[in-house]
Amino acid sequence: MALGKRRPGFSRRAQYGRFIGYVIAVGGGLFGALLLLLHMIHPEGLGPIRGAALDVTAPVSGAGRSVAGFFGGIGGTVSDYFRAGSQNARLQRELDSARRELVARQALAYENRRLMALLGLARLTDDEVTLARIVGSSFDAPQRLATLSAGTSAGVAPGQPVRSADGLIGRVLESGRWASRVLLITDGSSNVPVRLVRDGTPALAVGRGDGTIELRTLEVGQNPFRRGDILVTSGVGGIFPPNVPVAMVSGREGDTAIAQPLADPARLDFAIVLRIYQPAATGPLEAAPPQTPAPPVAGPARPAGAPGQQSDPRYQPGLQQQRPVAAAQSPAPGAPR
Amino acid sequence: MSRIAGSETEVAIRDLRRRYIPLGSTFVAILLVLMPLVASSPWVPNLGFVLLITWRLLRPEIWAAQTALGLGLAADLVSGAPLGQSMVLWTAAFLAFDYADSLLGVRDYWLDWILAAAAILFHSAGVWYIAVLMGSPAAFSIMLPQLVLSILAYPIAARLVLALDRWRLMR
Repeated sequence: MALGKRRPGFSRRAQYGRFIGYVIAVGGGLFGALLLLLHMIHPEGLGPIRGAALDVTAPVSGAGRSVAGFFGGIGGTVSDYFRAGSQNARLQRELDSARRELVARQALAYENRRLMALLGLARLTDDEVTLARIVGSSFDAPQRLATLSAGTSAGVAPGQPVRSADGLIGRVLESGRWASRVLLITDGSSNVPVRLVRDGTPALAVGRGDGTIELRTLEVGQNPFRRGDILVTSGVGGIFPPNVPVAMVSGREGDTAIAQPLADPARLDFAIVLRIYQPAATGPLEAAPPQTPAPPVAGPARPAGAPGQQSDPRYQPGLQQQRPVAAAQSPAPGAPR
Repeated sequence: MSRIAGSETEVAIRDLRRRYIPLGSTFVAILLVLMPLVASSPWVPNLGFVLLITWRLLRPEIWAAQTALGLGLAADLVSGAPLGQSMVLWTAAFLAFDYADSLLGVRDYWLDWILAAAAILFHSAGVWYIAVLMGSPAAFSIMLPQLVLSILAYPIAARLVLALDRWRLMR
């Protein structure tokens, strides 16, 4: 080592002090590497420490957020005055078409409700946990995270999906007492099972880290996506509730497509934290509550626990296949690894 | 402000200023990550790291390598990065600087900038690689805007640090 070339003088004490300094630095660096390893193997292990730090720092971002929103809004408000005439005509046209669509949609919603009731299918949960402000994000790290101004005191727990009025934002990664951190759907470790609104083709929405989403189909050799297609969550996996808007296709690349998320976190103020669609999806197999099989719509009753048969109408293949490894690491597709 | 301290309190204040301006300014830069800015890609330079290496390059004698360890822990807790990330990367950068100093002896402004650029490249690559290990397989190209902006931010950070340093040592 060349460190010996420049000694801090002839004093033994100074030399030893310098040496001990290096020992502390290298030892501390190794300790940091150990923490990283721990974080990689067991991400929840350091949760309490990180949650406490989050609680301390989130109010700072929250206080500044309203100021930023005020200044960010000025530009849009001024330009709106200049384009009032043409904008009015355009909005009138959009309103007319939207009204027609609304009527058709209400009829469909009624029919859907009726058919669901007929099948004995009901959504297990449709209520929200809480409403919270988005107060900040990671803007200098490749992990795409946002900070939410609600924590365990408001019922927020890791794993819960987060959405806005526009669409899906992500899911809760860790929560402190009054603040929590959200893994955005644009993060590389986020997988959301989605389907095309147009024809129901299933796909997987994986973040790319740069604000866009990559769509992967489950079928090889064809690309069903077109520019402007809307994707919604499919509910497979049991984490995200179905029919939450996710993204709009903006371009195609070979077998995959690139999409823009519909909920732009930079323009959001409020987010809704939802309950996990099917709570059994996150727990280990033993902890899952027994689900009473609903009576079949038609035909003779099957024995409830027969192997290879599935009498539960809420049966979801994606959920079932993942279960044996659920206790080890990945609870379900769509969970951050 | 008179050039001669008038009382014991003033002496104590000047002593505190002399001691803690580098640490305090770096900590403020770390806290800037709490700015209420929501971005969809990581383009903002890691201001804490840039200011840290600027102090280290311009005032090599004030900090030992373990200072980076403590500041890295603070940065990890504040920014929500995987705990240990900045501790490892910042301390490694400081040890590399110590080694470079023992090799080079005298540095000038351009050499400082080159060293800072190397450290920033190392830091961005490290952050990206840790993110990949943690299961966010993003392309390295998303780090390029941040890399370029950080390297261009070094001269600005150097002027800021020199101004702070003049004020710190003013009598």
